[in-house]
Amino acid sequence: MTGSEYWMVWPDNAAVSVLVLLLVGMAFLYAARKPVHHLIGSLGFLISGPLRIGARWLLAAANDMTQRNKAVLLAHGRQEVGQRIEREFERLGAMVTRDLQGYPALQRKLLDEITRVEEDYKKCGEVPPPPPDWVEAVTAMANVKSSGNEMVQKVLGEINRSVTSIHDKALADYRRAYETRHKILEGFMPFWRSLDKTMAQVDKKLTGLQDSTAAVDGHMAKYEQINAKTDKAEHALTVSAFTQFAIAFLVMAVASGGAFVNFKLIALPMSEMVGAGDYISSSLRTSEVAALVIIFVEASMGLFLMESLRITHLFPRIANLNEHMRHRMMWIALTLLVTLAGIEAALALMRDMLISDKQALLHSLATVQQAATDSWVARIPTAGQMLLGFILPFALAFIAIPLESLIYSTRTVGGVLLAGFVRTLAFVLRILGNLARRLSRVLINLYDVVIVLPLLIEHLVKAPRAPAPGKSRRGADAEDLREQSR
Amino acid sequence: MIKRLFLAALLLVGMAVAGCGDSRSHSNAVYMLVDTSGTYAQEAGKAQLIINYLLGTLQAGDSLMVARVTSRSFSEKDIIAKATFDSRPSQANAQKRAFKDQIDAYIKTVRGTAYTDITGGLIQGAQFLNETGAGTKTIIIFSDMQEELDKATIRNFPISLKNIRIIAVNVVKLKTDNIDPRRYLGRLDAWQKRVEGAGASEWRVINDLERLDAIFSKS
Repeated sequence: MTGSEYWMVWPDNAAVSVLVLLLVGMAFLYAARKPVHHLIGSLGFLISGPLRIGARWLLAAANDMTQRNKAVLLAHGRQEVGQRIEREFERLGAMVTRDLQGYPALQRKLLDEITRVEEDYKKCGEVPPPPPDWVEAVTAMANVKSSGNEMVQKVLGEINRSVTSIHDKALADYRRAYETRHKILEGFMPFWRSLDKTMAQVDKKLTGLQDSTAAVDGHMAKYEQINAKTDKAEHALTVSAFTQFAIAFLVMAVASGGAFVNFKLIALPMSEMVGAGDYISSSLRTSEVAALVIIFVEASMGLFLMESLRITHLFPRIANLNEHMRHRMMWIALTLLVTLAGIEAALALMRDMLISDKQALLHSLATVQQAATDSWVARIPTAGQMLLGFILPFALAFIAIPLESLIYSTRTVGGVLLAGFVRTLAFVLRILGNLARRLSRVLINLYDVVIVLPLLIEHLVKAPRAPAPGKSRRGADAEDLREQSR
Repeated sequence: MIKRLFLAALLLVGMAVAGCGDSRSHSNAVYMLVDTSGTYAQEAGKAQLIINYLLGTLQAGDSLMVARVTSRSFSEKDIIAKATFDSRPSQANAQKRAFKDQIDAYIKTVRGTAYTDITGGLIQGAQFLNETGAGTKTIIIFSDMQEELDKATIRNFPISLKNIRIIAVNVVKLKTDNIDPRRYLGRLDAWQKRVEGAGASEWRVINDLERLDAIFSKS
């Protein structure tokens, strides 16, 4: 028997040996069926149990996180909308003070104009000329019979002449009076126009006021929704936070480009100040770090400036300062920023000088000498660099605004993403747990497949002694239920 | 929270600037040996080109020394010019101009010597480079690498070139090399074995003067 044939229970007959071994193995496996089933089931439970507990815990943690995120989001939203309402009320107050403060004067003006128009109207009322007393006398005289009396005819002629002249005079007076009334009426026009203009002004101001109140109403509705902790408000705030995050990120990326240009402008001249041979790490020179520090200090000054101007609210301590201190801080930050901008402009000039010097040296070292150019065009880059060096610190100062947005929105965005990640992790753990349980069942079934022959025999042996089919079915069902409950 | 972060950032920057600097030296030190023996003295113009390249490439804080290879080169008298450039770039540029003037003056008056003591120059170069404490130390040998010593000069002993890069530049072929190129190749091999045996970190030959950038590139 060679070394490889030691397992052959039937020498020189592999098939019979295998068959015998299989039968013996099957018998052993059948004997160990129940303990093995228990072992596989226990292993499945051992793996799936902690995974399911972990999944449940993660899910609870994710829910807790979501609740906390919601609370923070709503609190932040409440604060923001509250501030906006406050600002709207301030604007409204200013509008009322500005526009309606002059309303009594406007009213007085309107009343004066109306009174004047009324008076003028009265003046232009048509007054019928009083009936002359002499009309009756003339009538009496007209009834006198002339009968050819020369005396009477003369008197009547005289009367006719007098009456005619008086009639002409009365007519002229009457026409003059009408002319005066027309003039008064003509004088009404500017008053009417003034009245119209004044009324239009009042209308415009009232419309503006109405618009502002509508805006306040809108903000108030939003505030109420936030206070009521509605899902709509939460969703709106989350979307707004994501938008803010994207915008702030974009602006910060642009600002980083500006900071990089700024760094390039001052890194070389800084080596003239702190030396070019010192290194912080193998690839980072001290001069470069110094340039970075200057840029960071500029950004910090910008931050303090924005804080003291109350544009940003990153530092409650600064926001709580009294007006005097706040103004003082603002001026200090501005002065430092201007000083740093001046230093940067000087450094930019120095950079240009250093580069020119280096170029001159390289030209002198080269075999072919280059012709020197000293035109005004060559000075444009120098001026541009200086200008850029002066402007960039101020531009960097405005980083504070997107930075604040980024910080606040990162809390929300990060919270939402983290909660999502934890949920996904819980889902994966749950799937793994279920997979482990199912796998244990599959292994149990597989085990039974391997020992199918003894099981068949067992079935045949037990079949005649088996109870009624219905009872057997119930027993099988019960076993299935037990399996499932495991 | 923000305040804490800001303070931590400030602290980090402060620490970085104040005392967490990299103590290793990152400067370069180059010692150039210019062979002036026999007919090779005619190549001095090319040496000037290489020195100009080095002056244009070396940064503030780096060191450059130029010495001639004579019959006995282990002497300070053979040093033509040496300078450690100031850490301020403007001052370094001024030093480089002065250095160039010194070299120009020397090139005009260069004379050939009877023998060629490269080993002596290497020993002296190694000493000077080690004194600089530079991070990267390089000896450039501008020579045909044909060492010729007089009978009294003793150089057949082990030398130390530990952590020094050795670069042979413009190793021209001699008439005898043209007859049997194995002499040339054998000469270079012998030098490579010798400098590597002495602990040199690198051995390189650059014959194309258009490729001088290989002087500072790491192999």
